[in-house]
Amino acid sequence: MSNPDWPLYEVFVRGKRGLNHVHVGSLHAADDRMALTHARDLYTRRNEGVSIWVVRSSAITASTPDEKDPFFAPSGDKVYRHPTFYDIPADVPHI
Amino acid sequence: MSDDDNAYLGLAEVHEGDEAHWAFGTGFEDPLHGTDTALPPGVDGAALAARCLALGDDALVLAQRLAQWCTRAPELEEELALANIGLDLLGQTRLLYTRAGQTDGSGRGEDDYAYRRDAGAFRNVRLAELPNGDFAECVVRLLVLSAWRLAVFERLAGTATDPVLAAVAAKGVKELAYHRLYAAEWVVRLGDGTEESHRRMQQALEAVAPYLDELFAAEDVREQVEPVLRQVADSAGLVLAQTAAAPGSGRDGEHTEHLAPLLAELQSVARAHPGATW
Repeated sequence: MSNPDWPLYEVFVRGKRGLNHVHVGSLHAADDRMALTHARDLYTRRNEGVSIWVVRSSAITASTPDEKDPFFAPSGDKVYRHPTFYDIPADVPHI
Repeated sequence: MSDDDNAYLGLAEVHEGDEAHWAFGTGFEDPLHGTDTALPPGVDGAALAARCLALGDDALVLAQRLAQWCTRAPELEEELALANIGLDLLGQTRLLYTRAGQTDGSGRGEDDYAYRRDAGAFRNVRLAELPNGDFAECVVRLLVLSAWRLAVFERLAGTATDPVLAAVAAKGVKELAYHRLYAAEWVVRLGDGTEESHRRMQQALEAVAPYLDELFAAEDVREQVEPVLRQVADSAGLVLAQTAAAPGSGRDGEHTEHLAPLLAELQSVARAHPGATW
């Protein structure tokens, strides 16, 4: 198994047709450069990626399950925030 | 679901003439696509075959050494990285052996060269066949061999009179550039690391130094390679000293005692079951 002394990194890969980097998994590495080469070897072996981001997991601030209701429930009833009352022209992409 | 949700969706794409085999990915490129495999006029087939064979032997033997790290590497990620690099080299070997068989007039296939020759018939440089040693020796050998091979392939990609060899080299350049990067980062990391890692890296560098002259006698790229090695050594705080060369050359079929056992393992299945197919 990976060295527990090495920090954990989160890996994001942008696929060939993708617009965004998408989280694909995590790995251990001793430094940022090593994390990038490990990510290349572990997560893009099958011809998937064109770009990789790695970031230390400790650098990510995440919402907690305890905050689920105060964070997300209030937006549940605000139907007027969805652009369903408009006709979107056919030639507008990515919506 | 859009591709933004899943970076791996592209794997299921169907390409023309290439049914979706998800497990193998799709959209792979044939490095020799559109390349004429006929021997160009004026090219000496025997000499070309010998060159392809020697470069193929270098890659096959180093690939086998790298494969021996499986289950023994210090980290899971490194094991995968080393196996990946070995597989790149194996791919180069297959193309080079195929070309050797097309041009030496024997009609032999890649398996004939890999599985049905004894150590004395191999023409790989000896640095590739030396035992793995520790991880320091592994990465410093990989640095030297990939820097050397990259320089050779860069030259071949631009100047080889055989279009197949040029195409194989052009494909290999991208792979070797990564191998060199991977190895150089480890050499710097360990050379400039702890007292022990520095000591072992310096030892490893001294262990490969006697085999450098053999590389440059086989392929004259000293001018391209030595500055790279010095730059990495300087960044790592290591000393690349002049050392007495180990006499002999694998290019002449003179090998260390370590090659025969390596080939015995590599060829064991093929020799136990002659002519077997999957």
